[in-house]
Amino acid sequence: MLLLAVILHAALKQVPAYDSFVEGGKDGFQMAVSLIPYLVGMLTAVSVFRASGAMDLLIQAIAPALALVGMPAEIAPLAMIRPISGTGALGMMSSLLEEYGPDSFIGRLASTMQGSTDTTLYVITIYFGAAGVKHIGDALKVGLAADAAGVAASVFIVSMIFL
Amino acid sequence: MVHYIWMFLLGAGIVTAMFNGRMDEVSEALFTGAEDAVTLCFGLISVMVFWLGIMNVARRSGLLDTFTTWLRPAAVRLFPDIPPDHPAMGYILSNMTANLMGLGNAATPMGIKAVKEMKKINDNRDEASRSMITFMALNTAGLTLIPTTVIAVRMNYGSSEPAEIVGAAILATGCSTACALVIDRFFHIRRTRKGKG
Repeated sequence: MLLLAVILHAALKQVPAYDSFVEGGKDGFQMAVSLIPYLVGMLTAVSVFRASGAMDLLIQAIAPALALVGMPAEIAPLAMIRPISGTGALGMMSSLLEEYGPDSFIGRLASTMQGSTDTTLYVITIYFGAAGVKHIGDALKVGLAADAAGVAASVFIVSMIFL
Repeated sequence: MVHYIWMFLLGAGIVTAMFNGRMDEVSEALFTGAEDAVTLCFGLISVMVFWLGIMNVARRSGLLDTFTTWLRPAAVRLFPDIPPDHPAMGYILSNMTANLMGLGNAATPMGIKAVKEMKKINDNRDEASRSMITFMALNTAGLTLIPTTVIAVRMNYGSSEPAEIVGAAILATGCSTACALVIDRFFHIRRTRKGKG
């Protein structure tokens, strides 16, 4: 649908659609390839953490508290890393999808969480850093509070839709 | 911050492995982890190329601009400090559009320009203005309609319905964006009260 709309609009405006596609596609290629070193770093770290049993210890430690709010403990490390590191969260999500399957409850919850929020620290550092704003006021508090709300909303919504 | 987390994951992993004798599993995890990451990125290439290609067509044909005009009324309300025809507003709108379409990398340069313009409005002071904090709230809440990367990763792990989480993600992102805006207003009101008192 969306694809058809884009193509029709391009035809109407007589835009060189194929050239534009290739040009944009190059960016996509570079983006995916430039992710490799980040993801190798993060995914190995997450795999080591998981294989050593440290992940299980962490999950066991926090499970009782999270059970109260109906949040699976397996997802907690992802929720914690999400506002801090985008690739870290991507690595964490990938390893969750691999372990539990993308169509499991945990897999869906992880995907929703990853897709519904952005890396707060990264956004704040990059935007304010580049513009030379030193006193960030309440930006960090607002961002982190929104992340918490996003996690809660993800758990609630995914439970409602897929359970 | 990321450095500490990374070192913690590796360090804690290796120490735990020493205690419960899982050194073999850990060294295997190192290699499979690295391999998985590369396979994953190659899986991402197809989706990323296709999606960004299509979006570039939409951008060239002006379809994204049409979308931007729909957003304008909302943005004018969200940022009362910024004159509607100021360049800052234009950058904010492009940033919002790019984010909504899942073009995170295209959104970043627009966002930086938007903050720079907002700084000019704020007499070039090096503290965050009200609009900047609202803008951050919007961006960190990650308002997006199409989470491209997530869909690509799900495809890569053989999901039967890679896009099924889109609805849930939109709802969740709507909630967190709404919360971000409410919290932002709350802090703003608190700041103005403090200023007066």
